[in-house]
Amino acid sequence: MAEKKLMKGNEAFATAAINAGCRFYFGYPITPQNEVPEFMSRELPKCGGAFIQAESELAAVNMAYGAASSGGKVLITSSSPGIALMQEGFSFFASTQTPVVAINVSRGGPGVGSIQPGQADYEQVTRGGGNGDYHTIVFAPASVQEAVDMIGKAFEVAEEYRNPVIICADGILGQMMEPVVIPPAIPPVPEEDLPKIRPWAITGHKNKREKNSHNSVWLQQEKLEDYINSYWPKYDKAERELADWESTDLDGAEVVFVAYGSTARVALEAAEILKKEGIKAGLIRLKTLWPFPKEAFKEIGPSTKHVVCTELSMGQMMKDVECALQGKLPVSLVNRVGGMLLDPIDAAERTKKILEVK
Amino acid sequence: MKPVFEYTKGMTEKEMHYCPGCTHGIAHRLVMEALDEKDDLGNALGVTPIGCSVVGHQYMNIDMMESAHGRAPAVASGIKRVHPNSPVFTYQGDGDLASIGTAEIIHAAARGEKICVFFINNAIYGMTGGQMAPTTLIGQKATTCVDGRTFAQAGSPIRMAEIIATLDGAVFVERVTLTTPGGVRKAKKAIQTAFEVQEKKLGFSFVEIISTCPTNWGVTPVNALKWAKENMEDYYEIKQFKCPEEVK
Repeated sequence: MAEKKLMKGNEAFATAAINAGCRFYFGYPITPQNEVPEFMSRELPKCGGAFIQAESELAAVNMAYGAASSGGKVLITSSSPGIALMQEGFSFFASTQTPVVAINVSRGGPGVGSIQPGQADYEQVTRGGGNGDYHTIVFAPASVQEAVDMIGKAFEVAEEYRNPVIICADGILGQMMEPVVIPPAIPPVPEEDLPKIRPWAITGHKNKREKNSHNSVWLQQEKLEDYINSYWPKYDKAERELADWESTDLDGAEVVFVAYGSTARVALEAAEILKKEGIKAGLIRLKTLWPFPKEAFKEIGPSTKHVVCTELSMGQMMKDVECALQGKLPVSLVNRVGGMLLDPIDAAERTKKILEVK
Repeated sequence: MKPVFEYTKGMTEKEMHYCPGCTHGIAHRLVMEALDEKDDLGNALGVTPIGCSVVGHQYMNIDMMESAHGRAPAVASGIKRVHPNSPVFTYQGDGDLASIGTAEIIHAAARGEKICVFFINNAIYGMTGGQMAPTTLIGQKATTCVDGRTFAQAGSPIRMAEIIATLDGAVFVERVTLTTPGGVRKAKKAIQTAFEVQEKKLGFSFVEIISTCPTNWGVTPVNALKWAKENMEDYYEIKQFKCPEEVK
């Protein structure tokens, strides 16, 4: 039975990745995720893995691209402006169908922004960010435990879909300590078994098979169109099978909050405050941001008069919520931005005002 | 009958897209011959750049991947962590390596990455149609300096081999040329030594290869060789800058 430990989010993320069989990590210092590269630099060499402190996030994502393309199980982490630099790499990972797991311990933006927690990278991570027709699969944990569990799942999904998976962990999750049970360790695939386990990887043909080439350039556009059409069904499958959410107290709710990550915990507290004042409030907590869990909104019953999006951005998630609701209910935003956090009492008060105005 | 010349196993039979007189074909073949002679075609892992040689993997008979523009040394560093005993190399042009990829090449060399870098310097952007490269000579014409590069407007051409040689992590650094048969033989020797340095895990190896681009220089293949010999070899000294004792 695995032991429950009090761990800082960033160190728990790194431990979970190693236990998931990850042996390669490439990173560049940026707050608030520095504990991850620090931890990996200490721990990976002890278990036969490798760490490089890259010269930039661009270099880090491209080191990851080389390691993953040649069969390694790779984690990269960064924070908002660093993830922006990594978008070049994500587009290449998607283009060549190469698995990788990335964690965005996000902060306030735009630009350098602040080093306090933010959720203003919603569009950056869910809309690709890099060039071309692709999606990144995005998980949104709301606790350190859930992040740790999602990291294990992210490696499985990345491998199955041969696509980048991003864990959207805001600065709160990276920096806070919570009790956590780390899942048991999976042994890494030894180098000699890589050709069997990942036959698509560039591992050297050993004069036994045709050579593997990973190409991203298509000089004949007809072939690129065929190629995109050939891999697109996996995104349709992801929309059917990976969209995930958690609903709380939707039955009879007058107002339904929508939130993800740490902010979902604030929304849940705001809902409790409203209930004490006689206003029934529910919550839809998004566990995946792409695919967006559209089905969740079919669970909203006739009692609900208003949907309130609580997020640490200027309403980036709200646009997807409006799209899912298709105009059936009014949608409002209760937010803080720039690295400021939402207070449950403030969120409850602002929600009451929204309901009164209506 | 004893064969005097054979198609190397290292090259596929795919018809090359390179222009007539371009020296990419020679450089590709030298790298593949060096691997073939060490019986390493089955183990080698290569990275192509963005530029004319982006699809070099179609011609080289080994496992290869393309990288984003300039990032090949970072990609190769990642590959080498997963396959520490396989020969890993990048094949890059001057726009890729000496312009957009300067951070990646400098830091791969500084870390002493146990990889080989083959740097094709033809003093111009080929694939995009003849724009000025970081290695374009003063006075040389390009589509973004139609009256010739001037120091006042664009600064001076970068001598990459000399820069790389200042870094302790780079243990083998040589500049070679493909403008004469003798130069081609010396280029092959440098490529072989670079792989030997990697095999012995001595550090980073860098071979700069002076090459031609008749199409974008606007000259015939023969005159391209002549121009490179007279002008490029004057500015870019053909020289071995560094070589470890173990492989001398």
